Amino acid sequence: MRWIWIDKFIEFESGKRAQAIKNISLAEEHLHDHFPGAPMMPNSLIVEGLAQTGGLLVGEYNRFEEKVILAKVSKALFHFPAVPGDTLRYTAEIDSITDGGATVTATSHVGQRLQAEAELMFAHLDDGNRSKTLFEPKNFVFTMKLLGVFDVGRASDGGKLVEPPGLAQFKAEGGANQ
Amino acid sequence: MPTKDEIFDKIKNALVEALGVDEDEVTPEATLVGDLGAESIDFLDIVFRLEKAFDIKVPRGELFPEDILTNAEYVQDGKVTAEGIKQLRARMPFADLEAFSANPNVKDFGNMLTVQDMCRYVESKVEVTG
Repeated sequence: MRWIWIDKFIEFESGKRAQAIKNISLAEEHLHDHFPGAPMMPNSLIVEGLAQTGGLLVGEYNRFEEKVILAKVSKALFHFPAVPGDTLRYTAEIDSITDGGATVTATSHVGQRLQAEAELMFAHLDDGNRSKTLFEPKNFVFTMKLLGVFDVGRASDGGKLVEPPGLAQFKAEGGANQ
Repeated sequence: MPTKDEIFDKIKNALVEALGVDEDEVTPEATLVGDLGAESIDFLDIVFRLEKAFDIKVPRGELFPEDILTNAEYVQDGKVTAEGIKQLRARMPFADLEAFSANPNVKDFGNMLTVQDMCRYVESKVEVTG
């Protein structure tokens, strides 16, 4: 299983805001256990999807030079269950961002209905050899590419968001092996 | 320009939201770690909330000087050295370091900072009236 809980970005404005969608399908194994006969997307995985939407936004702001981890869920409210067939639209907006980390306000909508809302805090992990092997920028960039960020992305100056130069080199070295 | 009471109220609000404590637990004498249960990651959260509430910048290490406490130059056998204490005093004029200096175990440091210290810190960053 790939730990990717969003399917595609539909909006990405560097340093400000991003929107991603998550389609919920009965093909997802875990829905058959959560719960038998009454499948619904676990709220924890909705938080994870919101965190991935916001975390990539925060990481891209620093060109993936900081290792971004979800440090705290300050608030999470769920208004109704998300079920197979639903398309969740996740929106993440950066409230503040500093050397130490960032805070993000995030929502999940089904159509126009507010399904969930959360406040998330991300920390920049102190640098160390261990974190380098866990958080290689190329992995993030590959995931961003997979999720279509560079198709919809806008840089802070309003221009098109471009892939970091490192990705071309990464592809030349044999591409994603994960 | 806020008054000292207004600063305290905003800090109380920030701590209630960041730490999930009740308003009446947030007294000036309460320690952030011991009484209010703050963990290291909460300090980052508190810093974000203070920056927003008071429109100030809180540089990394200013409110909680973790760089000094993890520096081998200033810590020996789990205790902060005399030079380390000097650095802490210079960095944290808002905190009362007397009791800590007498027995400077690094592990006790986190339990020293009080709500009042935090108020004094914010007062040093904004102009106070009254």
